[in-house]
Order: sequence, then C-alpha cells, then structure tokens
Amino acid sequence: MDHPIKRDHARFRKIVKGKIRDNLRKYVSQGNQIIPKGTDQFTVPMPSIDIPRFRFGDKSQGGMGQGQGEAGDPVDGQQDPNGQPGQGEAGEGEGNKELEVELSLDELARILGEELELPNIEPKGKKSLQSVVDRYTNIGTTGPDSLRHLRRTYKQALKRQIATDSYDPENPAVIPIRRDFRYRASDTKVEMQNAAVVIYMMDVSGSMGDEQKEIVRTESFWINLWLKSQYKDIEIRYIIHDATAKEVDENTFFRTRESGGTLISSAYNLCKEIIEKDYNPNEWNIYPFHFSDGDNWSADDTKLCLELLDKVILPVSNNFCYGQVESRYGSGQFYKDLAAKYGTTSDKLTLSKIKNKEGILDSIKEFLGKGK
Amino acid sequence: MNRSKPITGELLALKNEIEGYAIEYGLDFFPQVFEVCDYDTINILAAQGGFPSRYPHWKFGMDYDQLSKGYAYGLQKIYEMVINTDPCYAYLLQANNWVDQKIVMAHVYGHNDFFKNNAWFSNTNRKMMDVMANHGTKIRRYMERYGQDAVESFIDKVLSLENLLDINELFETTSLKRRREEQVVQQRAENEDDGYLIDDRSQALKSFMRTKARLNKKEEAKREDDEDMVVAEKPLTHKTKDVLGYLIQHAPIEEWQADIIGILREEAYYFLPQRMTKIMNEGWASYWHSTIMTQKALDASEIVDFADKHAGVMAMSRQNINPYKVGIELMRDIEYRWNRGMFGKEYNECSNMAEKLRWDTKLGKGKEKIFEVRKSHNDISFIDEFLTPDFCERQQLFTYKYNPRTGRFEIDSKDFQAIKQKLLSQLTNFGQPIIEVEDGNYMNRKELLLSHVHYGVDLDVGFANETLRNLYAIWRRPVNLKTKYEDKDVIFHFDGKEFKPQH
Repeated sequence: MDHPIKRDHARFRKIVKGKIRDNLRKYVSQGNQIIPKGTDQFTVPMPSIDIPRFRFGDKSQGGMGQGQGEAGDPVDGQQDPNGQPGQGEAGEGEGNKELEVELSLDELARILGEELELPNIEPKGKKSLQSVVDRYTNIGTTGPDSLRHLRRTYKQALKRQIATDSYDPENPAVIPIRRDFRYRASDTKVEMQNAAVVIYMMDVSGSMGDEQKEIVRTESFWINLWLKSQYKDIEIRYIIHDATAKEVDENTFFRTRESGGTLISSAYNLCKEIIEKDYNPNEWNIYPFHFSDGDNWSADDTKLCLELLDKVILPVSNNFCYGQVESRYGSGQFYKDLAAKYGTTSDKLTLSKIKNKEGILDSIKEFLGKGK
Repeated sequence: MNRSKPITGELLALKNEIEGYAIEYGLDFFPQVFEVCDYDTINILAAQGGFPSRYPHWKFGMDYDQLSKGYAYGLQKIYEMVINTDPCYAYLLQANNWVDQKIVMAHVYGHNDFFKNNAWFSNTNRKMMDVMANHGTKIRRYMERYGQDAVESFIDKVLSLENLLDINELFETTSLKRRREEQVVQQRAENEDDGYLIDDRSQALKSFMRTKARLNKKEEAKREDDEDMVVAEKPLTHKTKDVLGYLIQHAPIEEWQADIIGILREEAYYFLPQRMTKIMNEGWASYWHSTIMTQKALDASEIVDFADKHAGVMAMSRQNINPYKVGIELMRDIEYRWNRGMFGKEYNECSNMAEKLRWDTKLGKGKEKIFEVRKSHNDISFIDEFLTPDFCERQQLFTYKYNPRTGRFEIDSKDFQAIKQKLLSQLTNFGQPIIEVEDGNYMNRKELLLSHVHYGVDLDVGFANETLRNLYAIWRRPVNLKTKYEDKDVIFHFDGKEFKPQH
C-alpha cells in the first residue's frame, strides 16, 4: 500500500502542471526554457510554487560565513559539497527554492494539447502495424487465486444470498461459495501501431535571419512533441534549400545560412523523392512542414511548386503545413499564391503566418488544430 | 502504513552499549526508540517534519519530491532523524555502515537529552505523534465535508502566516497547562454525558466545544457588522506577535477555518523551540557523538572512517555558518574555559597575553557548566554570553554583504563586535522578520494593520505582497503593513486588487 504522501506528491504534481499550463505562452515564446533530458524527459523551470511568507530581502541582508579570506573577497563560489547528517528537523528550512520540474513527454504534450484544445490525431489510411497486447480488463469465473477479484466476488455472493433469501440483515455475514468467485481475466486487444514521418523544409537563403530560424526551431520542438505523443513511432527528416535543396541533420538544419536565390521547388522535389523512396503512404502518416519568408525566385517556380503539391505531395500527406515567418526582407508572396489556389485552410493544406515569437503558439494551433 | 521497523540483533546490542555510555556521562534522556528504514521512508519522514503521519497537503509532496531527487542525484542524504517526543523516536538508515550507525546513535542521545532538559522545550507536547495524526484525521474530515480544494487552499493561506509567532507563548506555562487540564476534564465530562467513550474523535469534539463559545460571540459581532461597517471595535490593548492567535479570535471565518488555524498554530509552536536552539542543539549532539565515539565506542579499525565522517559534518562554508561546527566548538570552548577558570573580572582585566594563555585556576567546572548551559539557554543568549573575540578568530568567522558595484557577495568584516551583532541579528526571532498586529480597526474601517519591527533589514517586497494577499483572504477587509523600505517609512496597502505603498 502506498504511503499517503504519494497522494500529496500527486497533488503537488497536479498543481505544478496547472502552473505550467498558466505559463505555457511564456515558455513557448521564450524558446529554450524547456530543456529536453534524454528522449522522454523534460526539465521545466517553475515560477514560485512555494508558500509566500514575510521574509528579509536577500541582498540587503548579507550573512555570516566561516573560512579564510580578507575583506572584499567574494564568498560566492562552490557550494558546500558535504551533506550534513543529523538534521533534527528537516523540512523546516526557509531556503529559496528554485524549482525545476521534470515532466515526461506525454505529460508535457497533454498540457500543450489541453491548452490549445488540440484534438487527437486520427491517423489516416490503413492501420498498417498491429500488435497484440493482453490486458486484465475483463472478469471471468475461473482463474488462479492470485487474480481473484474480492469486490466482485463479494457482490456476487451478496446477490446470491439476497436472491435465495439467505441474507440476514441482523447477522449480515456474506459467505461466498465456489460459484460466486470472480477472477480478473485478460482480454486480448489489438493495438494499432501508427508510424508518422515529419519532413521539415526551410528556406535558408539570406533573407531568413537568426530570429526567423529561432522561431522555426521553437515551433518544430512543440510540433514534434505533439506528434510524438500521438504516434507510436515517429521519424523526422530535415531539408534546407536556397536555389538547391539538400537533406541535413537537425543541427545543420538550424545552423545553415546561405546567400543566393530561392527555388522552393527544389525542396518540394527532394521531399517528393524522400517520400517515394522511404515512406509508403499506405503505411506512413506524412507531415511535410515548410517554413519560409514567402519569397520565391519566380512565378514559374511557384507554378512548379503548386504542381508538385497537387500531383504528389498533397495526395500522400495527412496535412501539408506552410509556415510563413515574417521577415523584413520577405515579400510574403508565396503565402498569397498558396492562399489564392487552396484558400488559407483546406483539407490537406494549412497556412499560417508567424509574426514573432508570441505568434508561435497560435500558429501551432492552426497547424495541429484540425486533428489530422 | 508502518514502513520502519524496530531495531533488533546487533543494532539493538549497539543501542544498549551506546546508551550505557550516555548514562555514564550523565546524560538524562527520554526512553529512546530506534527504528530502521530505507531511503524512501526517511525521505517521507523528513518531508513531514519527522512525523510518520501528517495532514494531507501538497507541500509535503513537494518536499518529498525534492528530497527524493536530491538523493537520486547524490546531492544530499539524510542519515538520521530524531523526534522530540516521549519516548523519543529516532530513525536510522538501513543502508548506513556500522560506524555511521554508531555516530548517529551517539548523536541522537545528545538530542534526546537536549529535548528533555532545555528550558525552551519544557512545554512542548511530547505526545505530538498522536496529536499530528489526529490533526490529519480532522483535516481529512474537513476535506470530505468542504471539499479538498477549499480546505487545501485555506491551509495555503494559513501556512503563509505560520512564521508569525510569539516566543512568549512558549512560556505561558501555567495558563497553558491549566487550559490543557481543563480540556481533559471537560472532555471526560462530555464523554460521560454521551454514555460512551469517543476516543479517537475526542480531538475533533474538543475543538468543537472550544470554538462553540467563540461562535456565539461572533454571531453577535456579525449583527453589529451588518448594521454599520465602520462601527468602532474595541481597540487592541497591546500589540501581539501571535498573528495566528489573533486571527482565530477576530477574523470573520468559519468554525472549521478557525479550527484549522488552531491546528497549524499548534504545530508551528511545537517546532518553534527547535528553530530557536539549532546551534546549541546540534552543537550539543555533536559534542556527545564526538565524546562517546572517541573515548568509548570507537574500534581502532574505525578511526579513519569516523574522522572522515565527522569532518564532513563539521565542514565550514563561506556562505553560511555551520551550526554543528559553531555549536560544538563553542561548547568545547566553554568547557575549556570553565575548567581553567578563564572567565570573570580578574581574567578579563588581565592584560598580559602570555599569562592569559597559560591561565589555569584548576577550577574544573567545565562539565558542570556545559550541562547548565544546555538547560537554560537558547541560541541568542548562548552566542550573546559565550562568544569571544578569541573564538571568532580561531573559527575564522566573518560577515559578508552584497556589493552592488561588483554584483557579488563579499567579505565585509572580521571584527568581533560586527560578527556578534550580525549573528545575533540573524538569530533574532529565529531569523524571521518580527511582525506584530497593531490594529484590527485601522482607519476606523476594520482594516488590519501589521507592523514590521525594522532592525535595519528590509523585507522582500515581492514576498510581502503575496503574503498580504493571503492575509486578505482570511481577514476579508483591506490589510496594511507598516515597515521601512530603503530608509523610508511606508505602509503597504492591499485592498484585494492592488498592492500599493503609501508614504
């Protein structure tokens, strides 16, 4: 049996999650506040959750120390490395607590989902991978003693005694007999294993500055988080482009800066190749994301892009997302071209304009709000 | 829910051995119970202030979270825990090695003796295990009745004021004792009236009866209140630092809320002597673990381990004074001085340093003196009376302060008077700001006025704001705090919406 403090602990975690939700906008717009720890854990800085009290201001107070040194020497530095045994009254201290909370991917994604009211994604197409799991969700009449369900057994016995009029309210003893016994039984369930691939494309020509890339980086962090919580298995690919496109790793994706022209079609072509080579649309849920400031080299190339979208990319994608990051140099023409053809939101294509960091959360909602 | 178990076998034999030494040295303690447990359990106990059972509150969960992580990351580890109860409970960590267990046991007998004999503990309730558990039961019942959120958020607000205590309350000996006895008598009478014993419900019943009289009084007040908001209330005859006590009497709260304030107040006063005697208590326990180990209990093969462990406990820090270190050294210093008669007029007036160093009247009253000190002092009087310039120099004590120019905390002074003043001011009111209720009908508008007794250190305004917010939720009328900020007199006013200074 769990100690009651586990309930206090659960309560604390719940309060923490509420606080995170309240501060989500801040976390998102300030980029790198949430730090991934390993693959499934995140560290989140926590605004004060401790109980406020009248206390002295730290700086005017100063303090007392022990050790060598002369007036004017700094006392900051390494912490006392030795634990102190023999605490008579732990938990009574008044120290400042800088809280950092750890959350799992699922917890963090759930907070994002609840705050943005994101619907769960309905994976498209055939459910390709299946796995079989046994779960004790059923009740049976036979089984080993270790799986006997006491409450159900008792209920059964009570029912029988009342039905057979052998229940005596004066002496309310309920004695189960053999056929009252109920056991937990396993149900075999088929669970779908859905796989998804996210293909990020980004314009790295000169007009996309550091601020724009930071926005893309933050936005992709949250998009990945959500998609990872929705799919059993997820792969992420990165394409950068200016006049030509190439596939890179995550690090390079956010670091590269080129000068030169912009041919968006080069990226869409590479995207098409990657899908054709590695991701059978019958087996994969496909999410291409393209971020740019909206400049394309020519109207001809834009035509080519629309053709690629129409013929290849849109038909195989769950949702094609175009995010236009506002920049001083970008004209935003490509957004207009897409909007003219498909409208700002259609079945398979979603457009979003991201003005600045504060706009990230709304943009995520636009992209993922359709549940596709 | 018992996750710790009594010691047996070798540990029990060790206990008997150490206890024998403690008796030989003249320690006088409550019956000592040792239990062993694992890390998780000791973290639970520590999070709950040492007690196996407390009222439900997220704060304990938070402390548990931090202790568990601290342990998991190897940042901290609790070796042992002692509770001020009779019998005195102490918990040993299962995984400790043999030398650790010895040190801890010897240390515990020091604490136990201190709890039993130090004057500031004389009125603490030694049956606090039961009291805490009963508090838990009561608060759980309130939660069932009024909802967990409502009760918990009310507790949050009361905890926010939990450090506003009056140490004089600890010494209301006669009246306290009489009240306690009256309660027992009254309770017995009530039980007999009902014709059967209510046992575990007695606590709840008692507080119900206690607050019943108050209720009647409040009904009357409410009627007046409805007639005229600004009707003058009887003015406070004297200021009080017992803010929680004042709120129980005068705040417009429900019975259950008054009861919760009473519960938390009782627990806060229970812990208060421990906060007032940290240096002495740890010093005394360290003195005894060191004495018992080095003179009696230590096996030759264990000396290095012991020295290593002991040095860890005594480690100095440049940011904080280590109460273990200062406490034990001061105890030893007193013993040394009283053995050699190094005190008094003649000694103090001697100007020959060499002679002073050699001073020895063979007085031999060291042991006697430290036993007397542990009985009658708290940290403030301990430091005030026994700290010497010699000692400060030997211990390399210094004060530091924030230098706004460099943005660092820097060593300020190694002067004896400065050190002593700083230490005393840090210990004043157990390191908490002194806050008094000054007026319950401030501006003739039933506003509450608190005043901060300013000794040169400003309050943290952000925290003050949040705290006033919580106070407002209990007082339900505007609350004010008189203080000094950046050398100016100021009254912070919180009206439920805005927090603003009024000069």
